[in-house]
Amino acid sequence: MNTRTKKARSSRRTVAESSVAEEHLPSDTELHHLAERVLQLSDADETEVHIDFVSDALTRFANNTIHQNVAERTLSVSVRTVFDGRTARAATNKTDDDSLRRAVAASAALAHSQPKNPDLLPMPGPQKYPRMARYFPATADATPQDRAVAVAKVTGLAEENKQTAAGIFSTGASLTAMANSKGLFASYRQSRAECSITILERDSSGWAKASATNRDHIDPQALARRASEKAAASRRPKEVEPGRWTVILEPAAVLDLVGFLFYDFAGTAVLDQRSCFTNRLGKQVMGENVTIHDDVTHALQSGPPFDGEGLPRQTVLLVERGVLRHLVYSRATAKKMKAKPTGHAMPLPSQDGEAPFNLVFAGGNTSLETMIATTDRGILLTRLWYIREVDPYEKILTGMTRDGSFLVENGKISTGIRNLRFNQNILEMLCNVGQMSTEVRAAGEESFDMVVPAMKVRDFHFTEVTKF
Amino acid sequence: MPRSANPNKVAPPAIVSDAVGDMREWADLALDTAKTRGASFADARVVDIRLRDLSTKNGEVGTLAESESLGLGIRALANGCWGFASSDVLTREGVQACAAQAVAIARASAMVKRADTQMVSEKGYVDTWQNPYVKDPFQIPRERQLDLLFAADFAMRRVKGLTLAETSMQFRRLEQWYASTIGSRIHQLKMQSGAGIVATSFAHDEIQKRSYPNSFGGQHQLAGYELVEALDLPGHGQRVAEEALALHRAAQCPEGERTIILESSQLGLQIHESIGHPIELDRVLGMEANFAGMSFLTLEKLGKLRYAADIVNVVADARLEHGPGLGTFGYDDEGVPGKRTTIIKDGLFTGYLSNRETAVAIGLKESGGTMRAESWNRLPIIRMTNISLLPGSWRYEDLITDTDDAILMDTNRSWSIDDRRYHFQFSTEIGWEIKHGRKTRMLKNPSYSGITTEFWNSCDAICSRDYWTLWGTPNCGKGQPMQTMGTGHGAAPARFRKIRVGMAFAK
Repeated sequence: MNTRTKKARSSRRTVAESSVAEEHLPSDTELHHLAERVLQLSDADETEVHIDFVSDALTRFANNTIHQNVAERTLSVSVRTVFDGRTARAATNKTDDDSLRRAVAASAALAHSQPKNPDLLPMPGPQKYPRMARYFPATADATPQDRAVAVAKVTGLAEENKQTAAGIFSTGASLTAMANSKGLFASYRQSRAECSITILERDSSGWAKASATNRDHIDPQALARRASEKAAASRRPKEVEPGRWTVILEPAAVLDLVGFLFYDFAGTAVLDQRSCFTNRLGKQVMGENVTIHDDVTHALQSGPPFDGEGLPRQTVLLVERGVLRHLVYSRATAKKMKAKPTGHAMPLPSQDGEAPFNLVFAGGNTSLETMIATTDRGILLTRLWYIREVDPYEKILTGMTRDGSFLVENGKISTGIRNLRFNQNILEMLCNVGQMSTEVRAAGEESFDMVVPAMKVRDFHFTEVTKF
Repeated sequence: MPRSANPNKVAPPAIVSDAVGDMREWADLALDTAKTRGASFADARVVDIRLRDLSTKNGEVGTLAESESLGLGIRALANGCWGFASSDVLTREGVQACAAQAVAIARASAMVKRADTQMVSEKGYVDTWQNPYVKDPFQIPRERQLDLLFAADFAMRRVKGLTLAETSMQFRRLEQWYASTIGSRIHQLKMQSGAGIVATSFAHDEIQKRSYPNSFGGQHQLAGYELVEALDLPGHGQRVAEEALALHRAAQCPEGERTIILESSQLGLQIHESIGHPIELDRVLGMEANFAGMSFLTLEKLGKLRYAADIVNVVADARLEHGPGLGTFGYDDEGVPGKRTTIIKDGLFTGYLSNRETAVAIGLKESGGTMRAESWNRLPIIRMTNISLLPGSWRYEDLITDTDDAILMDTNRSWSIDDRRYHFQFSTEIGWEIKHGRKTRMLKNPSYSGITTEFWNSCDAICSRDYWTLWGTPNCGKGQPMQTMGTGHGAAPARFRKIRVGMAFAK
């Protein structure tokens, strides 16, 4: 219903407004035609074409004013050729015949420059994919005026509260398609919207962020209120001692930590012995209350239903009640590891092999409020920052808290606290999860958006404190 | 700066894109359109980027890819506000639509405006600039480049027990035509090369690795293939592999307060995180508050804060005279000549990284010339140029001999700092204990942490120019949408007293 309302509004736009409407996405017919032109230019044993189109816009504000406001339109065509067991890739963003011919020739020259790869498999033929409706025209076609109206409400709220707002509101659409000389064709389009808001006071700050394929699912004013309340509640932060703490992690904080497991689930990473799951398949690696899937079809997920080779992405049970059950595999990795491909390959050639892009952590039924109410002494964290891996096998991560860290005492938030540095074994953390909320789509800064719950965790390890 | 007096000017580009005439026309057309639509100022960049990326893993090709990307980005000031649009539709209609979009976006920005944008004045420049290089990496046969990587890969895998050998090379050729409504017409060509190797060992439920010449894919500079040849990757393969294996048997880095000596590549990253980012004036003024964060270097600290010990001198230098760093250029991406700004003078904080807009906020008469964009489809923002610690006077051997009890740390493994750049923690791939003036046993999992100004004020020795390297950091992320930029950091090994070590692995 909201979509129709926005369409009706867009029909009354002025000429100036309509001139800045985003680019239309190419149709499947146009994509077929472009892919066919490339395939016809190639004399390789096999040829594969990837086409990516992005039309994106982002309105950025700080100090209660819009200070940056950008739009981009990019199309790229990437060609992979195969000659006698040798393969390589070349890309261009120009679609005239000469440029496409040059890309095909560059791919061929690169392919010929290397030794034969005995692990290279023939390209797959046509596949079937689940249909997904993740393209919303009102989101894709949002104008700078639409975004400015939303931003004005955010900055207005901040000014009312004598606070300062900074953040972004972005909208756009993307399309990814691929075809190969075996007759495979796949295409996927989605719209996207993202809003991230920081509200600042003299000695405190609060943050909230959301992303969705449909901008109607994002309420910038509600996000601004949440960030504003956090900034107000964390005034005059007190310093607490580092050490082992019970911690309540909001979903964005959970996301940014568990996102570091992303590459560890790849079969190639285990094969290379650089994954924290090396020698741990089938073992209890997390608590019994932790179950993780990779599921591109999940209602809160986004992204194409096919991988870099054109195989359909399968739903994979990665961790079941804390036991590492499965990894994800490209076709070549699956063959090496005597497993079945799962449709998670990177575009070839790739030394990373594959990765799960659509992690879904099964949640619980404890609300954030209940987590706080049942905590005698702990720390509530809104957001984490600059997380880096300290030890790849023990999976120790370091990072900082940011924009809304609170002391919880006797079941209530008692005060804002100065930010802390943590050094935390992430597998140990996932063994110490006491309570979880329902899973939600979370957006952070260190990882892809994922579906995760808020978590209450025992013995989270803070090692030092900073000055604010 | 007078046009003829540009010290960075060298011979015209040896390679000029066939499209340079078109680049000029597209930029002019974009500016004309923006002016017609009412822009009070506009600048346009037409950018042509070529990339080559090669890597191997355990004796097989990892990545083998080339790409090219050509497009236009235009920044327009209208109704006192900025708009930016970019497009790869380089037709008359496409360029005009893109420029019109930039102006329309600027007018939308004015819906949430507190004051009109002000900029310090700048001249128009008509110039050509390129970095010098000897061997065009794109003209070197790919087979030869792969052979070199395979040789390094083989040298690592000859060491029994190594589980993962990785090598890589990256080349980037960026040609840009910049034009502005104040009369600038600047043609620049930057050739960038980089290469490195990594030996990783998994044993005893532990992963250890060693890289050469640095982590993040090695060393990167504005240079040609001669940089890769000079690195002699195969000649270092065996050593890094042996060190990766030896780390499993090494003692754990202790926890406590110690003297540390940082080798130059790690010190380069320390400079990047704890000096380079906090001096970005857009951060200081709150413009990055939502993502990259702010800075502890608030305006009242300029000229007053004892940032570091007296022996510490730091500059931001984009000029070719400073070296072939990833922050070297003739002109920044808003048409300001590359400059040198003193950041820390004898320990005193003396300068920020600024652009034409933020310079106004602190009363500067001219921009520091630090605006750069990742590509044609990104808005230029304040970025580090070459932020370098100037050499001291110590011989490296004398520094070791002079040190009674310390930990020497080399090659970054992890890095993290808070969003105002106070508290940091770094860990390195390898450490060595210094006892009574001698380098003794190897230490694994070294880490150190601290508060930025306390750390820099504890510096008591910096090695001389003989040990100084201009490192390239190719992966600096900033901005929304995120932009990845290369920055340069010159450093020589240096000693720091009373530093907290080992907290990354504290129990």
